[in-house]
Amino acid sequence: MGLSGQKVTLRYTIAAEDFISAGEASSHVKKTLNKLGIRHELIKRFTIAMYEAEINTVIHASGGEAYVEITPEKLMVKISDNGPGIPDIEKAMMEGWSTAPEHIREMGFGAGMGLPNMKRYADDLAVESEVGVGTVVTITVYLS
Amino acid sequence: MDDYYHSVVLDNKLCKGCTNCIKKCPTEAIRVRNGKAIIINEKCIDCGECLRTCPYKAKIAQTDTWDDLSKFKYRIALPAPSLYMQFANAPSKEHVIKALQMLGFDYVYEVARGAEIVTSITNKILKTESYQRPVISSACPAVVKLIQLNYPNLIPNLLKIKSPMEMAAINAKKEFCEEHNVSPSEVGVFFISPCAAKMTAVKSPIGISKSNVDGVLSIKTVYFRMFKQLAKIKDEELPDSNQAGYKGVRWAADGGEAVALNTEKILAVDGIHNVIKIFEELENDSIEDVDFIEASACTGGCLGGPLAVENMFVATARTKKFKESLPSHGLSIADSEMEEYEFDCPIIHKDVTKLDTDISEAMRKYDRMVSLCDELPALDCGACGAPSCKALAEDIVRGIADITDCIFVLRRKVRKLAEEMMALESRMPPVIGEENKKDGDI
Repeated sequence: MGLSGQKVTLRYTIAAEDFISAGEASSHVKKTLNKLGIRHELIKRFTIAMYEAEINTVIHASGGEAYVEITPEKLMVKISDNGPGIPDIEKAMMEGWSTAPEHIREMGFGAGMGLPNMKRYADDLAVESEVGVGTVVTITVYLS
Repeated sequence: MDDYYHSVVLDNKLCKGCTNCIKKCPTEAIRVRNGKAIIINEKCIDCGECLRTCPYKAKIAQTDTWDDLSKFKYRIALPAPSLYMQFANAPSKEHVIKALQMLGFDYVYEVARGAEIVTSITNKILKTESYQRPVISSACPAVVKLIQLNYPNLIPNLLKIKSPMEMAAINAKKEFCEEHNVSPSEVGVFFISPCAAKMTAVKSPIGISKSNVDGVLSIKTVYFRMFKQLAKIKDEELPDSNQAGYKGVRWAADGGEAVALNTEKILAVDGIHNVIKIFEELENDSIEDVDFIEASACTGGCLGGPLAVENMFVATARTKKFKESLPSHGLSIADSEMEEYEFDCPIIHKDVTKLDTDISEAMRKYDRMVSLCDELPALDCGACGAPSCKALAEDIVRGIADITDCIFVLRRKVRKLAEEMMALESRMPPVIGEENKKDGDI
């Protein structure tokens, strides 16, 4: 094992405005975590949080990337995009606050629950964003 | 009965070792070894997909036989609602019941009546907050098993009340024994089934400690016997059957359980692969505004069951005539009279997915699996006996397969070996080389 310990890393590209394949990354992560024998309550929390972040990337940014790191101690996913960025993160964390355009809402997305749900299910949630540059959301769930 | 009993088994003589079944199995529970399919008991959910797929009819659903009826002094038939739609020559439900009586059953209790009891209890449950939403039907035993194995997060959603078959069995035995003053041990209750998984649900039930059903006869077993009797029936001989109404009978087809409820917030999904898709979405919390999910492993619901005889679409078309001729409800027992309808055993998740109990070891295996996948051709040809290259990679790290099971990898290795041999062949040891030279000189 060495000092760095055992680690499984996964990388995904999230396509823009593709609602059919949205969720595929988190679904694959779920299958992987099942194979690793992670407790199913933790899998659920982690993959729902990741799913929300994935959907956000599809809705708001023109796609992005997900990097997942699994160690015996924790599950971590970093989802980054080069989208418009979030001007007011505090507001974005409020339930029901949404900047999703009308056509997205009509599809049943963009109800303003994305970030609040991520916060609810993650042990740690870090949102770094710069307007015009992009957003990086890091979700962590601890295994112990 | 052992934990991993299941009704779907293989007839080794008929199996040609083709790879049709391994590809269709929704839980990847079949492998081909030494020219024969083998079913991995721990993973099989008895959905019956392989029964439908096998071109050589080598997959069998074990059920009881007609001779098993003679083990009991008195016999009760529990016709599945789907039985009513199997016959072109049965104009009504009463004809079917009469045919069963003519075949020697002392009493017939409609499972459709059990279904109406389940509907009534479900309605009551849906009025309370006692269940995680959406509530998922537990009527399809293959679906219950699927949840137990692969969707532990959905166990709290599963409706923990006995199936219509069990409800019917309990009531049938009670009614018959009380009326005729006989001991329950003399009475055999036989479910007449379109479904392979029901046999498992009787022999090795989930959620209940012991089934009240004594035997399961497939619709195939009774079909011709009934067909002949149906031809003889005269209308004036028909029994009075006001047991079950259309709501219970409609359970035979997909959506029947859901539409019988007092709520519009229902989702009905049929076909095991579709069920899996819905469960994946449920696990993502992405299904909203649904209070109840009916999930049937078979496309078309029970009418599409692997042991049903009539074509599913023809049978479904026949449900219409019952809508006209039957009352909406039958003589269902008031739910307050139904005692002990709840499951009496907890449903415990059986993890058949994880690669290792030690997480670090599981991670090592996973990493190896990923690199093996890169070596494999991604053709999913099945010639290795596993359903896909990914499944082979997993089998290898689990120690039940070898990389050379892949004919492409094997060919690559043989080629490399041949190249090495050729290279070696061209080089002669100096001593022999010298001799050859001398020979040549002479």
